[in-house]
Amino acid sequence: MKALPGPVRARRRTAIDAALALVVILLMTQMWLLTATLESYLGGHRDAALAGMIVSGILFLACFGLYQLVIRLDRAPEPEAEPHGLGPWQI
Amino acid sequence: MKLPGNGSLMTPPSLTKPGPAATDMAGRRPLWREDFSVHAAEDNYVLRRQFTKFLTLTSAGMLAGNIWIFLRSLFDWPHRQYPQTTVARSSEIAAGGVKLFRYPTENDPCILVRTRAGKLVAYSQKCTHLSCAVYYSAANNRLECPCHEGYFAIETGRVLQGPPPRPLPRIELEQRGEEIVAVGIPAGEHGA
Repeated sequence: MKALPGPVRARRRTAIDAALALVVILLMTQMWLLTATLESYLGGHRDAALAGMIVSGILFLACFGLYQLVIRLDRAPEPEAEPHGLGPWQI
Repeated sequence: MKLPGNGSLMTPPSLTKPGPAATDMAGRRPLWREDFSVHAAEDNYVLRRQFTKFLTLTSAGMLAGNIWIFLRSLFDWPHRQYPQTTVARSSEIAAGGVKLFRYPTENDPCILVRTRAGKLVAYSQKCTHLSCAVYYSAANNRLECPCHEGYFAIETGRVLQGPPPRPLPRIELEQRGEEIVAVGIPAGEHGA
């Protein structure tokens, strides 16, 4: 397999790192949400359980979307090598 | 060994090539490598894609936890049956007096207090912070946890100060003649 051009590799790596960082942040939020919902439920506020479940579902979908993005970036085919010299728009 | 995603963007070249100790001077693999063909560095290498997958699965686990809490809030506690237990006689407790009892099981210590106003109240004796035993402070007219100075209001059980995250679970009482009977715990106040 041919190596990807340097700038493309760097851009993809940056995008993957950003997605990974975002997943970690979402996961920390979801952890906090789970403990807060449990505390609230044990404290007798049962209404919080439904809201907690909905928000947790949204956070999970966001994590899953980012995971799909990481897969797509990692498996994307390498771009066509641009021909050296002037392009048709550079007359 | 073939790594997942081998040759992709994120596989370091050092893992796809044998190291300097992989062959002897004649270019053959040493016998011990054939017998112990475990490549720890390669086995322990985790791609970022795999790591993201692990995090996403963790996220799914936490969603499952939230769903579990929601289902319990729908189906569990409003239907729970509590025993009816005589915990004291009315004449036993003077104003500001206390009696300890266990309800609904022998593993659930509770505290019965007659307040200075003459009202009878009962709570679980386990602090909602770390389950230390709370006691009644007649001087301050409140329940106090000695471990981390958590204070609870005697009339309602709500937290007045300190680390406890929730009010003390309240025990419902009925007075039947001379007897004081514990009849239940309100839904959602049963503690941990």
